[in-house]
Amino acid sequence: MPIRTKKRKGVSILHIEGDMTIGTAAALKEELMKHITQSSEREIDLSDVSEMDSAGMQLLMLAKREATRHNTPLRLIGHSRAVLEVMDTYNLAAYFGDPILISRGAKA
Amino acid sequence: MSANPNQFLQTFIAEAHERLQEMEEILMHLENGPHDAGTIDSLFRAAHTVKGSAGMFRLDSIVSFAHIIEDVLGRMRDSEIEIEGDLVAVLLDSCDHMLHLVEVIAEQGEQLDDAALARENELRKRLKAYQTGNGDAQGTRVSLSAEKDIPLTASGGGEVSSDNWHISLRFAQSVLKEGLDPLYLIRYLSNIGEVISVTTLADAIPAAAEMNAETFYLGFEIDLKSSASKETISEVFEFAHQGSMIHIMPPHSKTTQYIELIRSLPEEEARLGELLVATGTLTQHELEDGLNAQQKSAQPGGTSKLLGEILIDQGSVTQEVVQAALEKQSQAKDTKTKESRFIRVQAGKLDELINLVGELVIAGAGANMLAHLSNNTPLQESTSVISRLVEEIRDSALKLRMVQIGETFNRFNRVVRDVGRELGKDIDLVITGAESELDKTLIEKIGDPLMHLVRNAIDHGIESADKRVALGKPEKGTLRLNAYHDSGSIAIEISDDGAGLNRDKILKKAREIGLIPAGAMPTDQEIYNLIFEAGFSTADTVTNLSGRGVGMDVVRRNIASLRGTVQLDSEPGIGTTVRIRLPLTLAIIDGFRVGVGKSSYVVPLDMVIECVELSEAERQAANERSYLNLRGEVLPFVLLRDHFEVAGANARRENVVVVQYAGKKAGLVVDELMGEFQTVIKPLGKIFSNLRGISGSTILGSGEVALILDVPSLVQQAVARESQQVLRKLPNNTATAR
Repeated sequence: MPIRTKKRKGVSILHIEGDMTIGTAAALKEELMKHITQSSEREIDLSDVSEMDSAGMQLLMLAKREATRHNTPLRLIGHSRAVLEVMDTYNLAAYFGDPILISRGAKA
Repeated sequence: MSANPNQFLQTFIAEAHERLQEMEEILMHLENGPHDAGTIDSLFRAAHTVKGSAGMFRLDSIVSFAHIIEDVLGRMRDSEIEIEGDLVAVLLDSCDHMLHLVEVIAEQGEQLDDAALARENELRKRLKAYQTGNGDAQGTRVSLSAEKDIPLTASGGGEVSSDNWHISLRFAQSVLKEGLDPLYLIRYLSNIGEVISVTTLADAIPAAAEMNAETFYLGFEIDLKSSASKETISEVFEFAHQGSMIHIMPPHSKTTQYIELIRSLPEEEARLGELLVATGTLTQHELEDGLNAQQKSAQPGGTSKLLGEILIDQGSVTQEVVQAALEKQSQAKDTKTKESRFIRVQAGKLDELINLVGELVIAGAGANMLAHLSNNTPLQESTSVISRLVEEIRDSALKLRMVQIGETFNRFNRVVRDVGRELGKDIDLVITGAESELDKTLIEKIGDPLMHLVRNAIDHGIESADKRVALGKPEKGTLRLNAYHDSGSIAIEISDDGAGLNRDKILKKAREIGLIPAGAMPTDQEIYNLIFEAGFSTADTVTNLSGRGVGMDVVRRNIASLRGTVQLDSEPGIGTTVRIRLPLTLAIIDGFRVGVGKSSYVVPLDMVIECVELSEAERQAANERSYLNLRGEVLPFVLLRDHFEVAGANARRENVVVVQYAGKKAGLVVDELMGEFQTVIKPLGKIFSNLRGISGSTILGSGEVALILDVPSLVQQAVARESQQVLRKLPNNTATAR
């Protein structure tokens, strides 16, 4: 489960690709937490998340909370269809507080 | 889906199969006999479970069809529609279609073809008539909500104003690992109502270091607008019951109940209170009221009442409701323990185990023999302990594969019903001995021959109703399936109370095609069994047998390939019984080793009755006649030395092993008795397939090969020879030996 990182104007962007499900959650958590503890403004790009379940969503919630605790802004961007579906069901848009753009190919 | 979607889907598929099978059985039962609310309820539950779990996998086409079935069953349960033949028939067809849906959509991941779609539309139309009755699709819904309103208005003041159900969910932390994602449960709620609001609580997620990514921490407070019953809503969460906290509050529940709820939840009370106000579940006023009421009722220093008692005191629920809830809980627990008593194992793994045990038995026998040769007493002792253990392992390994035959038999309920309807015959299927066990591989292979025999019995054995009445028989035909254990084998009987076989016609036909030489006088039994001969019987000559001969040779061949035999008894006007005998297992048996000359042979121990010494006098007498005198009983015998043409002179002493098969006894004359021996059956190659009297081979501890005697054919041969001798005056009779 690779997380690609790049820097853009002082903002580090974590690009998560593939499934965010219980199968990948443990490995993903470890990697994600490594990044979160570094203090810098960051965005998580979810545009290539192909599948998500509760375990995946929990990770994002954890990341958000940890980031808030460390006083570093964390934004989710490019929510893929799979992410939006979970977020909708759990009514979590307000929890993350990010603007959600309807991504490519996704229907309203 | 989550971790391994395929695995859960497999579980769903397996479960759906079981549920549908269960539904079919209940429906068959309903058609034939009286019913009680319990059976219809379990029918309803089965349909509901399939629908619910299909919903979790978003198999919408299954859900939508199951929904209709569920509606109809719901009306059946509420006695709104009467149970009658046509209804059961359409439900049975619907079950079949569901099975098809599960196979096509869930297993193969494909869409229905046109034929199936047409069938579905047809079924939907037929079901519709029962679903709505008076054409009002909302009928059931309305009655449900009306029913629900009654107790609630009686519960008096202090209610919350919200019209919505409130569902509070704290799942067990292990829920994800168990393969259930609450996500799908919450999504499923929108199928039974309108989800007004979902609040997800992340409070339980621990600090990053302690957080386990596979543990479920989230809690939910949900408002749902729905006219469904509490039962329906709680069934959504049925799978998650173990270790989960699930509260479902009907609309207009008492504020105090909400306070109870808030108290019982792990999050802080104030926060929850605010949350419920924020989502519109409670008004601020109601929250304060409720809190006051709680404080007043709290007895200083007194013990707090059980929740159930409080609820009854408040009159919001009746004693019966609580009782029912408790029963339901214990029921859920029961099924849980039942589930844990079974593990699904791939059949291949079991076969592998049995193979290994077989090798172990052979290797163990080798070690045992060496130990005996070594004169080392401690070694001998330890090898004998090992062989005892090996024997136990062998037995339990074989038992793992033993399956009750009942399930196979039950499948025929449907066959009998369907074929009977097709032919316009009313037939009862009576099943006995369903608990008899036999090897799983055998069960699988016996299905087809059984099916053939059952169909034959219905088609050609049992007469039409008119004919039966004319003959003074009960109008309803009876078909019996019976199974029982009998000296190391299992016997399966298929009997009908039909017309029986026409002996003369068969005999005539047999003579025509030269199966029996003119002049020979075979017994009735032999004549009946002729129908198992390949190519025997054609519809035009043996009308009342038409079809019975076709494929009967295949039946016999299939059964013979399982080392079994098939036999037929018939009485004109009374009926026909086909009896199949099969060995209990195909792999390892307890054998009895005997020696003739330098070779050794193995007799399946189950068939051995006793061993006696062959006295010289008896030997002399036996040369004259073809039987031995066993304590005054006539015992046909086979001289194995002659039979296998073993070279060398007769041994000084000979012994007789008395064996039994299918109720007939015979003696096998051997030189030496070598005792019990665990026998791993190795099949013989094709070139030996014409050998008479041998069914397989095995490897002895010394590495030598011993042949396993085919007792059934030896017994038959001995008996035939004996009767031939008696009828010596008759010309040579080729039809006696099977």
